[in-house]
Amino acid sequence: MAKKRTIRSIPQERTPVRELDPVERATNFEEVNCGYDESEALLEAERCLFCPEPRCVQGCPVGIDIPTFIQKLGAKDYRGAYDTIANTNLLPAVCGRVCPQENQCEGVCIVGESLAPVAIGRLERFVGDRAIAEGWVNVPLVEPNGFRVGVVGSGPAGMACAADMAKAGCEVTVFEAFHQPGGVLRYGIPDFRLPNSVVDAEIENLKKLGVRFQCNTLVGRLFTIEQMIEELGFHAVFVGTGAGYPTMLGIPGDSLNGVLSANELLTRCNLMRARDFPNVDTPLPLGKHVAVVGAGNTAMDALRVCLRLGAEKVSCVYRRTRAEAPARAEEIHHAEQEGIEFHWLTNPVEVLGDDQGNVRGMRCVRMELAEPDASGRRRPVPVAGSEFDFEVDEVVYAIGTNANPIIGQTSSIRLNRWGYLEADADLATSLAGVFAGGDIVTGAATVIEAMGAGRKAAVGMKRYLGLPSEEDAAAETEFGIPGGRRNFARVRVA
Amino acid sequence: MAHVTDFRYSIVAREDYSDVTFMLEVCHPLMARAARPGQFVIVMSHADGERIPLTIADFDAEAGTVTLVIQAVGKTTKEMQRTCRVGAELYGIAGPMGIPSPLGHAKKVVCVGGGLGVAPVFPQARGFKEAGAYVIGVLGFRNRDLIFWEDKFRAVCDELILCTDDGSAGMKGFVSQGVLRAISDHADIEEVVAIGPPLMMKACADATRPFGIKTMVSLNPIMVDGTGMCGGCRVKIGDKVKFACVDGPDFDGHQVDFDDLLVRLRRYKEEERVALERFNEDCRMRTVPEGAKVVSDLPRARG
Ligand SMILES: Cc1cc2nc3c(=O)[nH]c(=O)nc-3n(C[C@H](O)[C@H](O)[C@H](O)COP(=O)(O)OP(=O)(O)OC[C@H]3O[C@@H](n4cnc5c(N)ncnc54)[C@H](O)[C@@H]3O)c2cc1C
Ligand SMILES: Cc1cc2nc3c(=O)[nH]c(=O)nc-3n(C[C@H](O)[C@H](O)[C@H](O)COP(=O)(O)OP(=O)(O)OC[C@H]3O[C@@H](n4cnc5c(N)ncnc54)[C@H](O)[C@@H]3O)c2cc1C
Ligand code: SF4
Ligand code: SF4
Ligand code: FES
Repeated sequence: MAKKRTIRSIPQERTPVRELDPVERATNFEEVNCGYDESEALLEAERCLFCPEPRCVQGCPVGIDIPTFIQKLGAKDYRGAYDTIANTNLLPAVCGRVCPQENQCEGVCIVGESLAPVAIGRLERFVGDRAIAEGWVNVPLVEPNGFRVGVVGSGPAGMACAADMAKAGCEVTVFEAFHQPGGVLRYGIPDFRLPNSVVDAEIENLKKLGVRFQCNTLVGRLFTIEQMIEELGFHAVFVGTGAGYPTMLGIPGDSLNGVLSANELLTRCNLMRARDFPNVDTPLPLGKHVAVVGAGNTAMDALRVCLRLGAEKVSCVYRRTRAEAPARAEEIHHAEQEGIEFHWLTNPVEVLGDDQGNVRGMRCVRMELAEPDASGRRRPVPVAGSEFDFEVDEVVYAIGTNANPIIGQTSSIRLNRWGYLEADADLATSLAGVFAGGDIVTGAATVIEAMGAGRKAAVGMKRYLGLPSEEDAAAETEFGIPGGRRNFARVRVA
Repeated sequence: MAHVTDFRYSIVAREDYSDVTFMLEVCHPLMARAARPGQFVIVMSHADGERIPLTIADFDAEAGTVTLVIQAVGKTTKEMQRTCRVGAELYGIAGPMGIPSPLGHAKKVVCVGGGLGVAPVFPQARGFKEAGAYVIGVLGFRNRDLIFWEDKFRAVCDELILCTDDGSAGMKGFVSQGVLRAISDHADIEEVVAIGPPLMMKACADATRPFGIKTMVSLNPIMVDGTGMCGGCRVKIGDKVKFACVDGPDFDGHQVDFDDLLVRLRRYKEEERVALERFNEDCRMRTVPEGAKVVSDLPRARG
């Protein structure tokens, strides 16, 4: 490597990324962020200081070796950069696009203390896209070990666990309730943020590893988790069924026609392709003026989808301020650029209907932030007498989700008091051989955290099956048996 | 057991009961084994199709088939009426969904089916019979030409009351009147199960309310996923909001807010009309020779 980089010597400006024009893009589903081309990626790679104790790695939930991959990228060793990332992250093209980097890797990058932080996410996406274009996959030569693993749910958690178990030599089948795999990546996040072609490519990679996908399979009801182990011959099972049961506000007017959850809106639009109605059969009638309640990623997606489907005015209603909004900074910024109206410090108290049961308006109250509560967040409280009505003909709730009840209804896996699956440090559940991770354990979180959970569960699962694993090989010898060779007797589920 | 990943969803039998009602038997051994009375499936007939819920009207674990009885009312169901021939394959069928009907310990029950609901109430009638109950069937049709499954019901019911709107068979009148007749004949009815159009279920619930007889209904709101993820199927039960696909579809009829359900079922009226018009237009343009075997040329949902 050339001479040591310092904060003074690196390019001071963060390399900008090309984006579609806000006016034009608001009418189509093309990807907004065009990503770096090679010269832009090389330029941005020069901004990394290759810290000996890189803080960015700690900021990444799966601990990608960020300086090493950036170094390889800078040396145009793209394959090497990909292999470095793929060591820990199975979905670089996805995470580079959708990670909330400002709260994770980039949020703690040392460069960020005086300049804009290194654009780690964009570099990661560059490498991920290159891998897809070149068809790179790391398919290890493994002896089949005869173990059969069932994975329930094909979101990022399930995909990650499936990949690791396939790489260990197991025969892996992923069961998905929908007719297409991918979880939220497919039905939730719209094409203008994460094109379906990227999700398809990642699924193809898994198939190259030998993973089988079985769609249209509602586990719990078609067969139970217990039956998978006792009758269908699976030696271990991973449950990654996501969160998903949408919350309604519980205010008068909730059930009017024109009130729907963001999940329904996005599923109709993305998975069922209702935007092509009537060329496809699933409809999605949209109002002229849509209000979306909430300000997380789901809300931003719903807002921008409505705009693209042709709504004349789209408003975001959120009870706190922009600073507290949980969405990725880039998404709020993009939504603002596209002409979404934001009503911060505003809370709906009633949805107003006409005599046909359709939405005609919304009654809101202004909020102000009170003293911080126990969680440290300033609590929004209504301003007395500040109610006002505004005209809308469609209201979308994007205020969070609860645990999906199906696995709880149909198996004896222990749940916590909120209905999520209980899992220990290895992500093992109360049923022997059954592991769980992702949103169904933690509640709604992020793609990378779900993926990390899938991988962590795979480590636990290998231990349970008595398979050698890299993670354990490093562990010390116990009773004279080296870590990676320890065997864990399988227990039959009663 | 058969390899769990080899699903083909082929249609192995079909019968037409009238010009709007038809029956399909779909091969799905795992589902045939898992299905319980009261459960439903979500069907997609082709890759651009809608996901539509249909009740499992019968299941045969030995033959490995599930039976659907479908009324052609709109674009999707009319299209299925045309394309779902024996030998064709469905693009997808997922289920069984919903909580199985709690076939309690009632000793004497009335199972009511009207219109859409005649077939779906059959597994419950049979389930009650198998559990040792005295089963009174009440079936409603518009006229005698539309009657189907009378023998199937006779085989599992101790009594059968047929109702037709025009009196061309059985008693003249609605099923709710049939229910009242059953109640006047038997003072010891413990439970009524009613399946059919919302107005019919509402009428049955109203009929039994003064007698305080437990009345279960199977709700049919518009659905998308059927897995509890979209909230489109939410219904009002008492003062609570429930998702029919995972919290139901069976609910206590005396608690259901039917007016709310009726309003919500109208949500996509305009789009349903557009889709049907286009479909009818399409049918005029394209004439399929009578009896031609239409095998779906769309890709199957396989891993
Ligand atoms: C609209 C939206 C936007 C988001 N944007 C971002 C973002 O920008 N960045 C970010 O990091 N995170 C984002 N998130 C959060 C992130 O997508 C989730 O945290 C993540 O997808 C969780 O992964 P998972 O594998 O646990 O579950 P999911 O992705 O929810 O996948 C679960 C899968 O399991 C299937 N399933 C459920 N029950 C069963 C069953 N019984 N049998 C078979 N299959 C079943 C489901 O159909 C689904 O396909 C977003 C979420 C949403 C909804
Ligand atoms: C749990 C459940 C079980 C069902 N079981 C059966 C069954 O066994 N057999 C059967 O024929 N149908 C059943 N239905 C209804 C069936 O799903 C609808 O008839 C179908 O979705 C209509 O689709 P379409 O495109 O043909 O008609 P659309 O164009 O969608 O609608 C045409 C007409 O049908 C009405 N309609 C639409 N959706 C529904 C609905 N969910 N329930 C009642 N009426 C509706 C509309 O108001 C409209 O008047 C069930 C519905 C649910 C929720
Ligand atoms: S996975 Fe996410 S947090 Fe980790 S380095 Fe990539 S963008 Fe950053
Ligand atoms: S903290 Fe920033 S500068 Fe340091 S290694 Fe990580 S990305 Fe490079
Ligand atoms: S159909 Fe979507 S939640 Fe019931």
